[in-house]
This record gives sequence, C-alpha cells and structure tokens, in this order.
Amino acid sequence: MNHHSTIEPSTDARTLAQSHFRTPRLGTPFQPRIDALGLQQDWYNWAGYRAPHSLWDEELEYFAIRSQAALFDISPMTKYRIEGPDAEAYLDRVTLRDVTKLRPGRVHYTAWCDDEGFVLDDGTLFRLSPTRFRLCSQERHLPWLLDSAIGYEVSVEEETEAVAGLALQGPTSFAVLRDAGFAGVERLRVFDLAEFAHDGATVTISRTGFTGDLGYELFVPADKALSLWDRLMAAGELRGIRAIGYTALNRARLEAGLIVANADFTTAEHAIRADRLRMPDEIGLGFMIDPEKGHFNGRRAILEARAKKKLRHVLVGLEIEGNIPAEHAIVYYKKSQEVGLVSAAIWSPMAKRNIALASLQRPYGDAIVDDLWVEIYAMRELQYQKLMKKAKIVPRPFIKLDRRTANPPADF
Amino acid sequence: MKAWDAIVIGGGHNGLVNACYLQRAGLDVLVVEKNDWVGGAATSRELTPGFLYSNCSYVCSLFRPEIMRDLELPRFGLQVISYEGGAVFTRDGDYLANYRDHDAHRREFARFSRRDAEAYDRYSRDVTRQCRFIQPLLMRTAPDPTSFRPRDLGELLYLGRKFAGLTAEEMALTLRFWTMSISDFLDEYFETDVIKANFALSGIIGTALGPMSPGTAYVLLHHYMGEVDGSVGAWGYARGGMGAVTKALAASFRASGGTIRTGAEVDHVLIRNGKARGVVLSGGEEVYGKLVVSNADVKRTFLKLVEEKELPDIFLRRVRNFKIRGSSGKVNIALDSLPEFPALPKDSPVYRADMHFTDSIERMERAYDDWKAGRWSADPFLDMMIPTTLDPTMAPPGKHFMSCFVQYAPPKINGRDWTDADRDGFAESVISQIAQYSPGFRDRIVHMEVRTPREIEAEVGLTEGNIFQGELTFDQLLFNRPVPGYAQYRSPLSGLYMCGSSTHPGGGVMGAPGRNAAAEILRDLAKPTPHMSPAHDVI
Ligand SMILES: Cc1cc2nc3c(=O)[nH]c(=O)nc-3n(C[C@H](O)[C@H](O)[C@H](O)COP(=O)(O)OP(=O)(O)OC[C@H]3O[C@@H](n4cnc5c(N)ncnc54)[C@H](O)[C@@H]3O)c2cc1C
Repeated sequence: MNHHSTIEPSTDARTLAQSHFRTPRLGTPFQPRIDALGLQQDWYNWAGYRAPHSLWDEELEYFAIRSQAALFDISPMTKYRIEGPDAEAYLDRVTLRDVTKLRPGRVHYTAWCDDEGFVLDDGTLFRLSPTRFRLCSQERHLPWLLDSAIGYEVSVEEETEAVAGLALQGPTSFAVLRDAGFAGVERLRVFDLAEFAHDGATVTISRTGFTGDLGYELFVPADKALSLWDRLMAAGELRGIRAIGYTALNRARLEAGLIVANADFTTAEHAIRADRLRMPDEIGLGFMIDPEKGHFNGRRAILEARAKKKLRHVLVGLEIEGNIPAEHAIVYYKKSQEVGLVSAAIWSPMAKRNIALASLQRPYGDAIVDDLWVEIYAMRELQYQKLMKKAKIVPRPFIKLDRRTANPPADF
Repeated sequence: MKAWDAIVIGGGHNGLVNACYLQRAGLDVLVVEKNDWVGGAATSRELTPGFLYSNCSYVCSLFRPEIMRDLELPRFGLQVISYEGGAVFTRDGDYLANYRDHDAHRREFARFSRRDAEAYDRYSRDVTRQCRFIQPLLMRTAPDPTSFRPRDLGELLYLGRKFAGLTAEEMALTLRFWTMSISDFLDEYFETDVIKANFALSGIIGTALGPMSPGTAYVLLHHYMGEVDGSVGAWGYARGGMGAVTKALAASFRASGGTIRTGAEVDHVLIRNGKARGVVLSGGEEVYGKLVVSNADVKRTFLKLVEEKELPDIFLRRVRNFKIRGSSGKVNIALDSLPEFPALPKDSPVYRADMHFTDSIERMERAYDDWKAGRWSADPFLDMMIPTTLDPTMAPPGKHFMSCFVQYAPPKINGRDWTDADRDGFAESVISQIAQYSPGFRDRIVHMEVRTPREIEAEVGLTEGNIFQGELTFDQLLFNRPVPGYAQYRSPLSGLYMCGSSTHPGGGVMGAPGRNAAAEILRDLAKPTPHMSPAHDVI
C-alpha cells in the first residue's frame, strides 16, 4: 500500500447516499401533502420516517374513520418483494399459515417464528401472482428471509422506500374509490386484491385494513404517490375524506382487537430478556398454526410446547368496569396476586365500553378467568387516583361492523 | 515513627479509588506515586502551552457510576460527555459511519449492504444479552472455586444461578462468546468487510491478539459493558481530558483527609515476618503502614517490589507467566486548525467521533502479523479522535488536540529495546496514514507526543506497556485474575493487597478493581461500608 498518495473522495451512487445523515427522519412519498395538513406539527418516529400522531385533532380524526373515509399513510411499513417459482413453497416454510391455500389475488394475516417457535413478527402477505408476493411487517427481517431462502429458487428484495402505501378506511371508502374511477373495485371482497391503472402505472388495491371497518389499502410506486393522493382527495371531497394520524388509527385498531408488534408483544429479535419471548399461542395467534401443513419454522417447538403444556402466557381482550382507560395497568387475581399487564387500553366510542388488551400468565386467562382486577393509576392534577376495577375476559374483536364485510360494499 | 493505616503504592485511578474508600471508612491513608503527577494511565498533561492531552486513555465508558457518586466526583469537577458514533474510512474514498440515531445507522449500513443493515438489531440484541450477564459481576469479588468458605460458595452459587438463568441456547452462546474470535463472531451476523472491520476494532483494542485469534470476542464485550449515564455501550469524553477523572479522585481523596505524595517511587515493600509493614522509597526513606495496597500491575508488584524469597513458588511461577504483552502505542498531536477529510462532508458529525482507517479484518490481521514478527505495523490500526470538537477546555479556540491510539506496537523490536529512531518510524507510520486521508495534515501539527510501549512502561509503569495491566483472555479473567487462588485482591503476604487493573474485573478506566479491593480490605478490618453503594441494578 502506498503511504504517500492521498485518497480522493469517490463519487459513485453509494457515496452520494451519504447525505442521509442530514435527514434522520425521512419524509414518505406523501410528505408534501401531509405536511400541508399537519396543523398540529405532532410528529413521531415510525421506523425512521416522520409520521403524524395527529394532523388536526386526534378525536375528530378518529370519528372520520368511523363516519366518513380516513386516509392514513402506511409507507413506513417494511415491505419485501418475494418472487420466484419456489416463492409459495418458501413462504409456506417461513410463515405460519398455509400459503398453498392463499390464492393469487388474496391477502392473509400471518406471522413467522424463529426455530424455537418464538414470534419474529406478524404481518400481511399479499399474493400478487402465482409466483410473486409482498410481505408487509412492522420490523425488518432481511437476513432472516435471505437465510431461509437457501435451497429455494426465490428472490427476496426489500422495497420499503420504492413502494408507497395508503390505507383508506371508513364507511365511504368504497364510494371514494369508485368515484375516483377504480372500476371493478366493488368486486373486491374482504382480503381480495386487484391491480388498477393509475397515472401510467399500477396501483394494487386490497380490501384490507387495521380498523375493523370497511376499508382498503393501496400500494403504488413511490413516484406516483402524490397523484394517487390527489386523485383520492378529489374524489372524496363530497364524501368527507380526511387525512389522519396514528393516534386515531390506534383507537380503531384496538376496537378491532388487533395487536401491534413491540407494543402488545416483544418480537424475538428485539427481546433482550429471554422471558419476553412469545410463541404464537401466547399472543392470540394460535389460530394461524396448521399442524397439517408441511414443515414450517418453529413447528417442532410450537407443537412440543402445546403437547407438554409449556405455554406460559396468554393474550386476552378485557372489558373493564368504569370508563378510565387502564393503559399499562397491572392485572391482579383476587385483587392481590399479580398475573399480568395491560398493553393497550381505551374507552371505546363504538362499543361504549372500557376495553383493553392484556398479557396474562397462565393459568390465568386460560383456565382461571374469574376474579380478575386491574389497578389503574390515573394521574389527575399531580395526584394518582388509584382504582381497583373488575376486568372480564371478552372475545375479540370488541366491535363487529357489518359494513366491513358487506357485499357489495355499501355507499356509506 | 508514624504508621499509616494504609499505604497505596501508585496514584493511578484504581489506587485513588481504593484510597478514597479506605479514607472514607476512617482509615488514615497515604498514596505514594512515583511520578510528579497522579493518574497513571488516566492523566492529562500540558506538554506544549495551551494544549492539554489525554496522554494515555482518552475515552470514558467503563468508569462505574456508583463510584462517581460515592466519591462525589461531580463535586470535584468530573463531567463525562457523550459523543457521536464514529466512522471507518474506506480506501475507495468513501466511509462507513456509526450514527447514534437507530435509523440513520441502518441507512448508513444499507449503503453497503441492505442485509447487514437489517442484521444489526440481532447483533446488538446478542451483545446486549452478554453485557447483561457480565455487568453484575463487575462490582463483586469473584468467588474462589477451590474454597469452601460459605461466602465463596454463595458467590459461586450466584454465578451458577446467573448462568442457569440463561436458556440452553444462551448458555452455549455465552461459552462460545467468551472464547471465540471476534472475526468468527461477526461472521455470524454480517457479510460486508468494512462493516465487520467497524465492529472488530473493539475486539482488538489493547490486546496482543489479532481479530482472528480466539478470545477476542470477549474483548469486544469489555468495551461494550460500560455506559454513559445509563446508556449502555456508549462512550464519552471526560471534560478536561481523562486526567479529569484522576484529578477529581485526588481532590475527593484530599477533601476527606487523605495524603498524596508524588515524586515518591517505591523501591520495595517492607516485609517482616511474612507481613507487609510499609514501603521503602527509592531514596531509602522508610514509610510505615499497617497494610500496603499495590496499584501497580501484578508483575511489577511481585517481581520488582517484593523479594522473591517471600513468595510461594507456584504463585511466583504464575505471576511470571501472567500474560501482559504490550500491543499498542499512542500519538498525541496538537493541531493549529481542524484537519479536513475530503471524504467526509463538512457538516458530518463524524468529526466529533472516532475515526478509523482500517477497512477490513484482513488488514487488521496483517497489522498483527507485524507485531508477531517484532515490528510495529507498517499499516497500523488507528483509533483517532479530536476531543476538542466537544471539549473547549483542552485547546485554544480553533486549535485542536488529536488523540491517536495505535496498534500494533510490540514491547520489543526484533527482541531488542526500542530506540528513538524506532519511535520516530512508528510515529511516521501513523502520520502518513492520516495524511493519506487528510491532505495538508502535516502542516497543521504544532506538537506531538509519541508513546511506544517503551514510553508507556517507563512512565506509567505498565509492564511491557500493556494497557490493561494484563491481557483480557478467559484464562486471566474472573477467579483466574490475576492468578488462580489470588483473585480476591489479597496476596500470599499478609497485609499486602492488590487493587490495580491486573485484578478482577480488569483494565480500562473502570475503578471497579480499586473499589472491590477496598471492600475486601475493609472486610478484613471488620469495618462497615455504608459509604459504598451496591452495584446498580441490571433489570
Ligand atoms: C495508551 C493507552 C490508552 C488507553 N485508552 C483507554 C481508554 O480510552 N479508555 C479506557 O477506559 N481505558 C484505556 N486504557 C486503559 C486504562 O487507561 C488502564 O487500564 C487504567 O488506567 C489502569 O489503571 P490502574 O489504576 O489500574 O493502573 P495504572 O494507571 O497503571 O496506575 C498505576 C500507578 O502506579 C504508579 N506506580 C507504578 N510503580 C510504582 C512504584 N514503584 N512506586 C510508586 N508508584 C508506582 C504508576 O506511576 C501509576 O500512576 C488505555 C491505556 C493506555 C496505556
């Protein structure tokens, strides 16, 4: 090595990307529109993106979901493009649910585990064609997905930045799409997807969402994001369309009884403490496990835990007396023995009930379901009002809306 | 003639921590330090007007917060400031940075490999798990596995329980981790050379091993288990240089009534009837003490300061064989302006972080080959930083202090002693490497302090210039540090204790050896220790 020459800075694409350090919170492809509507300037960090907690009023944003149509930017969600002749077999091996039963043009909610049966993440799997899939999740898994691909004829590519995503949710969401000119969208049943023309490109629309309401998700190449936003906003003007932030969405998802990775459970690659790891049966995802399908990651450990009754936790829905949300409250048996923790809680405007998700230590929540209590510490003007409230285990979702599944979808 | 309650040989940070705890327990303590200043390898001196160096150690993370608090070090001026991650410059004119922001960090890695970018979380989870295993052991005396005292059995049980608390997979991982090479460990997570080199450096710093040598994964852990104000793994600058740590310790010690004599070299320990009675200074002066604590490394203490005939054979043999090979040097530079690095954007936070030029494990290993052959590395590994970008107290405005930790430098050159010409050649290897990435660098140099293992040994007294007072390999850790049977700060001689980095939990500016030794001494004296906080919880 020559010690006397100097090294010149390089100018290739990799070097040009250096400048990212100036924007640790990236904008999504929709950012110009969202910034214009973000009156509250109430941002949070969603996987490295600047995302709104609330745009104009978090309460009213929630009601936009339940009464009109709400537009929520889901671009920061991690997306992988999985393609190849073995894509189906590969995904069947990696994820819990039976991918051979997922037809092209369909979506399912699934999860995947490490070899010890602990949940790495949950997410949605879109089958775009017989050999092409999109996997969406909260966390990132490229090394896991690539290592698992050894021996399969399949390619796995991370496409988070290349693909923009929108959720359009609420009773008028169908009418908005129809009025925007997406002909044939009325044929989409829940968990169906189809491709539509948009601005010289293709938008994938699925009848899916995170609200328990009538709703759709739209994926489009990043450079067509703004024209898609404008198209929906224009069509939705007379249908009360509003952009919303995460706080409103979070209420809706809780009413729908849906869980969030690293909020309601800790994903295996982030769990530093070994006792925080969770098997699917411990976070309410046992229904995904199909012992009849072929081998899948974690199968042996999961079946053994079931057989030997080694499952130590259970995730339940709770209805709590009163109307004070029990967020992060401790759950007690007979008001004295600590048996679990509430991970999320709200007063549900739709159910008019005080609802919560909680993780309990079996047999509580499993064999023993009576005499459960939560201790709520409500801070009021610098004093904790401590309340011991009765909690009842109830099935999820906490609300069921007929309009979510109605066919054809109603106008409002 | 006055007999002190305790005499501490050496005013390194561990000697001072030890002295502080003993003094605060009501003992009358004297510290004798051979240099005209205190601090040992944690010292800051002004060698050219206006510039303060961190002459040896230069960054702080390991120093236990419990000790800072017990000894009221903030009151005596200690402030530790966190800094941004760092960067490795690559030979193609780019660099790989480490940013504190999680997503910036991921995007930076993704410039080189999307896969490696997403592998970081699992890597960091696994290293954090290992840190959590070791952290609680730092502030405890290691058990003696050959003893059947209830206390040792209790400690062994504690260790066993901690180990048993791991899952089978974690247990296997822990055992592998403590013995494998950093290169092999990183191969399990990453595929990109520069990304591996970026992490591997923590596995070789201060170590006479290469990144491919077994045992270097643990060394990485040793550099991750510290914290800055609860942020585990973070490193910071002591404001005013690393000497601020020992300045604050000395002030705290004096404020509690302790006495320090600088310029007082101990020639040997005074021993009568197998018991230490004091020390004899190099001028012949005898100073008496009821007990003597040595902050010097275990070789210096037992091979130079104690007569061989006073010590048992096996102990002596093990001390002679204690591995303490020097591997590093230091170049401290005063600069009249901030150097430019054309590869770095001008507003990059990396200027305020640590910089490296070794962009592959292979290059690190080749640098180590030179060490094995008895030469300084022709293409050395540098850990370089400019603390004055964050600390305004070390140089006049606009001027800078640059600290370069350099590896590898052997204790001897081809079996003979270092000469001044060797030292200059060593310095040139460093300057020319920096100048390759920073045009005009030489012209900015105002003053330079070059320290090979020769200078480090002569000044700090670190045998062979080993920065940790003994290598951090598994055979020399926990209950085997420094040697089996003597891991509890006591020695074969009654009244003679050890408190330096040669003892558990080892080197670095940590203070734990000094504190743990004080706890053992006070236990022998049956003195209560309400002034000693228990280790912070690891939850
Ligand atoms: C170049 C270099 C860079 C380093 N960088 C870092 C870093 O950035 N961060 C970090 O945490 N650690 C670093 N270290 C390691 C760390 O500095 C040392 O492990 C630590 O300071 C040792 O402290 P100590 O008190 O145990 O011993 P020492 O600091 O070695 O103290 C021993 C003292 O005893 C004195 N002494 C010896 N013999 C006699 C005698 N006969 N009579 C009287 N006095 C005597 C010595 O003068 C010295 O003051 C570095 C070390 C070196 C050498």
